[in-house]
Amino acid sequence: MADELLEKIPEFRKDTDVKPQDEGFIDWTALTHVPTARNRREFLIIVGVAVVVVTTIEILIRAFQVPNYVLPAPSGIFNALVNNFETLLPHIGVTLQELVGGYLIGATIGILLAGVVTQAPLVEKIITPYIILLVTTPMLALVPLLVLRLGFGLEPRIVAVALAVGPMVMINSATGFRRTDLAKIALARSYGANTLQIFYKIRFPIALPMIIVGLMVGGIFGLLTAVGAEMVGGGVGLGSRLVYYSSLARMEAFFATILIIATIGITMYVIFFLIGKKWASWEA
Amino acid sequence: MAAEAQTTPTTAAASARPSTRLVIDKATKIYQTATGPLLALDSFSAEIGEGEFVCVVGPSGCGKTTLLWALSGLHPLTSGAITLDGTPVKGPRPEIGMVFQEANLLPWRNLMKNILFPFEIKRLDAAPYRTRIQHLLETVGLAGFENKFPRELSGGMQQRASLVRCLSFDPSVMLMDEPFGALDAFTRDEMNLLLLKLWSEQRKTIVFVTHSIVEALFMADRILVMTPRPGRLAREVVVNLPRPRTLEMQSSPYFVETAREIKELIHASVKK
Ligand SMILES: Nc1ncnc2c1ncn2[C@@H]1O[C@H](COP(=O)(O)OP(=O)(O)OP(=O)(O)O)[C@@H](O)[C@H]1O
Ligand SMILES: [Mg+2]
Repeated sequence: MADELLEKIPEFRKDTDVKPQDEGFIDWTALTHVPTARNRREFLIIVGVAVVVVTTIEILIRAFQVPNYVLPAPSGIFNALVNNFETLLPHIGVTLQELVGGYLIGATIGILLAGVVTQAPLVEKIITPYIILLVTTPMLALVPLLVLRLGFGLEPRIVAVALAVGPMVMINSATGFRRTDLAKIALARSYGANTLQIFYKIRFPIALPMIIVGLMVGGIFGLLTAVGAEMVGGGVGLGSRLVYYSSLARMEAFFATILIIATIGITMYVIFFLIGKKWASWEA
Repeated sequence: MAAEAQTTPTTAAASARPSTRLVIDKATKIYQTATGPLLALDSFSAEIGEGEFVCVVGPSGCGKTTLLWALSGLHPLTSGAITLDGTPVKGPRPEIGMVFQEANLLPWRNLMKNILFPFEIKRLDAAPYRTRIQHLLETVGLAGFENKFPRELSGGMQQRASLVRCLSFDPSVMLMDEPFGALDAFTRDEMNLLLLKLWSEQRKTIVFVTHSIVEALFMADRILVMTPRPGRLAREVVVNLPRPRTLEMQSSPYFVETAREIKELIHASVKK
């Protein structure tokens, strides 16, 4: 057994143990560390305030007779949501399909690329400018081009979502993978760990909190891109409904659609918040 | 192999020369740094016997960690050789267990999963070791804390956990790098006694690095005193204190006098 342990051992420097970490220029971790209701009383207060806000809006809109096309009343939006839900359902399905499909592709590539690239600092330096370019370029701008190549089906939108999600996940995950803790790697090595074991028993868990943040931010970017791409062209998806309803000045239905999109976004957020709580809470 | 060591009587004084396990032969380590080569360890030679408790003391930066990491196979020497049981150490060896400075627990694993970490890496079935681990946890007073995460444990508890982690897979050699350096004086005394108790039960071969002359004298059969960088062996001190050791021994004339001698030895070599 001793022989297979004799692989290349890196040299360690004791003063590099647990260095303060470079978190990139935006502290995305704020997203996973949001204050939530601590008890029933707090919860009731939060819900109570929300009810008061919505009711006040309703009252104000009625009192001042704000025209429908400026801002429909909450009750009207709610009615529209109930009445149009059945017609909107297939569109929700389409949007979710694009979102999930593009997301899975983008996130997988993003994490894998980050894991590989951070192993070689030079490769990382070469690649990073392109990733930042991809992060900052609105992928919506590419949709007409993608439609030209891939037709009017779901494919161009899935590609756009993947292009929006991937770099976002990649850049955050890379920050996570860069947080190496040599003392912990040395610990694993002292038991004869190989490179792969060190990767998934040490490097990956250390990176996980940042990966989760990347997945969350990526998800939000993905949703924006999916809806935006639907607004650009094609008759299906929630984005297309926004264009359709606004062209007919059906503002209640328009806002009901927005409500659905927001719900998808919030659901994603909550899912990752809970994942973060479960898998990354050791860091807090 | 280690089972036989466990049956050794606990109070045996290290009078008879035990069989040699670790041989350090002119160990030399040069680090390549930005400012040029740095000689950290210079022709350090020593032998460590089966079941011996050897402490290494020396001033900060004299190369103690460098020596220990070479012993554990975590990094190679520039020249010289280290052999364990007759075979050269060229990488991590299954019979060696390391205890690092500052517990070094994995914060995303609970206590039990931290202790089972070596088994996962070694792909070793932990089932036959369960009673051993349970016994260790009870000995160090951590039974019932298996599901706690490191951040929920005090510094002393974390260090005890790392001790259990090291002993869990029953290594026959333990290499310890200032394991209790970050603890307060009381916790440190407590940990020293605990380690001596575990050692008397299990008779591991221990190389224990420390800054503290008192700690070294209290624990060791033999002390290797190092010179400031580049680290050389300044002197070997055989500790003539009976076992089991007690805290009262620390105020005995012999203890105080020997501690002073070692201190002067280190100070003298610092001035040079
Ligand atoms: N990887 C490295 N690269 C360059 N220099 C190093 C490296 N590791 C240690 N050194 C230097 O080698 C010398 C010995 O270091 P070492 O860590 O072995 O000392 P030490 O006796 O353990 O010190 P301390 O008591 O402070 O822990 C120091 O001057 C240190 O700065
Ligand atoms: Mg050291």
